Amino acid sequence: MFDLVKTSLVSSLILASIAGPSLASDRPFNLGKIATAEEVSGWDIDVRPDGLGAPVGMGNAIDGEEIYAERCAACHGDFGEAVDRWPALVGGEGTLASHDPVKTTGSYWPYASTMFDYIYRAMPFGEAQSLTPDETYQIVAFLLYMSDIVEDDFNLSHENIGTIKMPNRDGFFLPDPRPDAQPASAEPCMINCNVATNIIVRARDIDVTPESES
Amino acid sequence: MIDQGNKRGTLSRRSLIGGAVALGSVGLAKTTVATEPNTDNLPPNVSEWTPYLGDGVDANPYGMPSPFEEHVIRRNVEWLTASTESSVNFTPLHELEGFVTPNGLCFERHHGGVPEVIPSDYRLMINGLVDRELIFTLDDLKRFPQTNRFYFLECAANGGMEWRGAQLNGCQYTFGMVHNVQYTGVLLKDLAREVGVKPQAKWILAEGGDSSGMNRSIPIEKIMDDCIIAWAMNGEALRPEQGYPARLVVPGWEGNMWVKWIRRLEFGDMPYMAREETSKYTDLMKDGKARMFTWVMEAKSVITSPSPEKSIPEKGIHQLRGLAWSGRGKITRVDVSLDGGRNWKTAKLHGPVLDKCLTRFTMPIEWNGEELMIQSRAMDETGYVQPTIDALQAERGVNSIYHNNAIATWLVNKDGSVDNVRLG
Repeated sequence: MFDLVKTSLVSSLILASIAGPSLASDRPFNLGKIATAEEVSGWDIDVRPDGLGAPVGMGNAIDGEEIYAERCAACHGDFGEAVDRWPALVGGEGTLASHDPVKTTGSYWPYASTMFDYIYRAMPFGEAQSLTPDETYQIVAFLLYMSDIVEDDFNLSHENIGTIKMPNRDGFFLPDPRPDAQPASAEPCMINCNVATNIIVRARDIDVTPESES
Repeated sequence: MIDQGNKRGTLSRRSLIGGAVALGSVGLAKTTVATEPNTDNLPPNVSEWTPYLGDGVDANPYGMPSPFEEHVIRRNVEWLTASTESSVNFTPLHELEGFVTPNGLCFERHHGGVPEVIPSDYRLMINGLVDRELIFTLDDLKRFPQTNRFYFLECAANGGMEWRGAQLNGCQYTFGMVHNVQYTGVLLKDLAREVGVKPQAKWILAEGGDSSGMNRSIPIEKIMDDCIIAWAMNGEALRPEQGYPARLVVPGWEGNMWVKWIRRLEFGDMPYMAREETSKYTDLMKDGKARMFTWVMEAKSVITSPSPEKSIPEKGIHQLRGLAWSGRGKITRVDVSLDGGRNWKTAKLHGPVLDKCLTRFTMPIEWNGEELMIQSRAMDETGYVQPTIDALQAERGVNSIYHNNAIATWLVNKDGSVDNVRLG
């Protein structure tokens, strides 16, 4: 694991002089306090792809439609199609290799657990951590139903959220293949390099740069 | 801020003519336009600021820049995002010198606005696969052995609007999602020793206490290498928008992982696949598949002057200035081209040249009123060469959003104005 010899040496030196000999020798600085189970459970809200961490609860799309309309639709649209510049949650299947990919929970997100984790911790925008576990399962079930991943009466729960197969589950790859796009020779060209120098785009012409205020 | 406004009002009354003319005609983005000086202030006359007493030591308990530098600010692009609380602004790189970014100019990226964390109520929890789940106060953290390191922080989406062509006409908007400060904090490996990490722990989930509950997975090798829980930047407490009172520092890796307002670290045996590392910060390739866990920020450079905001005011000698950085280590060389990449000369690097840190470069240029197509190309100690946009597009297409570290081209027009352009 770690350098235990060094660790215990440091700790024994510190503890002997400051805290006395009764403290655990594998705790080098003796700082911080032990977290209680209650403290941990209040903050440990993450949900992993295998479902670990999912709070006890259940919900289906039939129930989810109502709470989605109430808590989500103002930004994301009645059908997850998005309002203004807020993210679309539904649609986009078959677009990822196109000129204009549409990345939604249905078309892009690889894990249903991520939907629960994110909605439960951060949504609705500006009212974070106000949804109950059951409400969150209902909303996720509704979004999965809207993307044709589950039926409307499917009861999503802590027991099965780790088993949902998302359409784009295999759309990601590891490990990072970079560095890429490197020149053929380790020493880059310095003189008379064969590069195109015609101006093909000018940002000035596109004219989307914010004007400086006067 | 109201006091500051009054103070600036007082100042501008005293230097009414000079100040008003300078700020009015300069505009806020263009700062190099020549303004007519007030000859009353020039030799042999006594300048208007000379006869009178200036402000006393109680006027500005926390000092601010000169009012004549009011244009040196972070700016955002309104159309980019749905709300300012989940948005980004940009560092004015073109106005800065050296390699340190002033705290108030460090770009901001928030996903749920800036929380107002009360330091006495701040807690950092470490749980999961550890021998002891512990909770630390801010004072606890400051009692650990301390580290002080300069690092750049760059958003993976820096330059993300430029994949398909030159779009935003500014150095600030195309390169400004980067800043460079000195962090003070505790190495995460020291905190790890304190909780006692179990052998099966391979990942950590870092989680923020803000309204987005920002969470990212980080492999344990990086955690045990150089990650820091920092509470200070450039010698003072973190700014609220940079994570006050404590943030994670992940040297060389994409800024999204540097979780601000950090409240919890969980050790686990697999990645957590949070929203930001699946639906965001994954790089969509031409075939519709996406790269995942592309953490390192590869070598990159930008010419900060001349640049679209820094035109060349007149013919003659000028100091071309720029910044280079690499998430893999030290910058070893920066080459500059004035003819669109046909011919290159090596620029001067200004030390200290530090690991995973912005590095300043300069090159003198003699401008005779001709058109120039200026570019810079960085290399790092791994031998990596900053690529062209054509090379990047050939590998990745145009939809990956993140990790655009391509060489940019600034066109210096015959009138000295400068444009962001794409060559082809």
